[in-house]
Amino acid sequence: MTYKQRIDGRGFDEARPIEAKVGVIKRADGSAMFKIGNTWAYAAVYGPRNLHPKFLQDPQKGILRCNYNMMPFSSSGERVRPGGSRRSKEISLVTQKALLPVLDLEEYPNSVVDVFIELPQTEAGSRCAGICAASMALADAGLNMKDLISAVSVGRVADKLLVDLDYSEESYPDVAVADIPIAIMPNSGKITLLQMDGEVKKEELMKLLEMGKKVLMEIYEIQKKALKEKYHEVEV
Amino acid sequence: MSEIIVKDKEISVPGETLAVGMDILPGSGTYRDGEKIVANRLGLAMVDGRTIKLIPLSGRYIPKTGDTIICKVIDVGFNGWRIDTNSAYSAMMSMKDATSEFIARGANLTQYYDLGDYIVCKIVNVTSQKLIDVTMKGPGLRKLKGGRIIEVNTNKVPRIIGKQGSMVMMIKDATNCNISVGQNGLIWIYGEPMNELLAVQTIRKIEKESHLSGLTDKIKEYLEENTKK
Repeated sequence: MTYKQRIDGRGFDEARPIEAKVGVIKRADGSAMFKIGNTWAYAAVYGPRNLHPKFLQDPQKGILRCNYNMMPFSSSGERVRPGGSRRSKEISLVTQKALLPVLDLEEYPNSVVDVFIELPQTEAGSRCAGICAASMALADAGLNMKDLISAVSVGRVADKLLVDLDYSEESYPDVAVADIPIAIMPNSGKITLLQMDGEVKKEELMKLLEMGKKVLMEIYEIQKKALKEKYHEVEV
Repeated sequence: MSEIIVKDKEISVPGETLAVGMDILPGSGTYRDGEKIVANRLGLAMVDGRTIKLIPLSGRYIPKTGDTIICKVIDVGFNGWRIDTNSAYSAMMSMKDATSEFIARGANLTQYYDLGDYIVCKIVNVTSQKLIDVTMKGPGLRKLKGGRIIEVNTNKVPRIIGKQGSMVMMIKDATNCNISVGQNGLIWIYGEPMNELLAVQTIRKIEKESHLSGLTDKIKEYLEENTKK
């Protein structure tokens, strides 16, 4: 089977349709929703709040705790077993590491900012959707941030380089597939997350980063718009 | 060759460039990155001559010295009380700051303030590690008996109080309720049940429409309408 064009008909450098909204969870201090194609992520931020167990407290600055969770019937394949797994633990960790560089928690020593990312349905690219939602929710929670974070996955199927792989592409049969989630600070262009599943050549990676950056700037604009929309009424 | 990019009273998101030029100064909620002045949080940009600052629109309460806050007693110790300030940090109130009454050695402190009591107190000191000292000595600082407590967005508290307390006075007069507003976003309301309810609804309305101009007149109208019957 050869791979000539994308299954859903979009261009190789195009992302799936994106939708974002801020302030979706009333009880949280900050919240946001981020949909990219059939991958939906909801993020809720609580805090800064009191941190227990006490041994986790850092007297120098507040800590960030992320929790990534796929809901039981969220994936297109088998039912996901509820609760944490090795995979969700890893993604929680990389999410935290992707978000921390922009956050300034020095004003909140000994406290914690909790981020909960829930995915009611997924079709690849869930960690990127989660990071996008989480960064908007953190901004909504009024925390000090240098920048937002935008994330998307890029990759290669057979000899084609593409942006925002969906599940059918990520698991394309009988050809080499590479999947590279990236997250950046859009204003400085610095990378905060770069993982790779599969293999690509150095030149291909450079090309992919360029392609990704273009889409990331589009995502950043959507995030910005969503944040401004929530507080739009304040503009009088 | 400086240029202010952001419009006055425009919403800015973290990382957004607000202005370019070395002769423009970064105010609170912004930082300088080379030539640029960049937003450090989500907020309403205020351009005041050559300075740009961001007014926060969301976020938890951050304790500040001098704030009058409404708190809940969460623990009673040997020489004081630990109280919940509705922020990430709890505060300590020592025996000598608690009351002007004489407290005998070894007295049971719960007879002054028991667990779950709400009090109005004032922050005396906040350390870099956010250890908070509060006092009950001062005008209007007291234990709250009866009534109900509601929670509002801390950033909306100035609007609820109004200029020199005009807004809260209006609600008090219209509803015949006693109202205390804490800077930490907790509000105590005490009166007839139906009046309490009206006061709560009015405060929620202010919270929702705090950005609109002519809010005072609007609330006045709303109160008149609802107290007629």
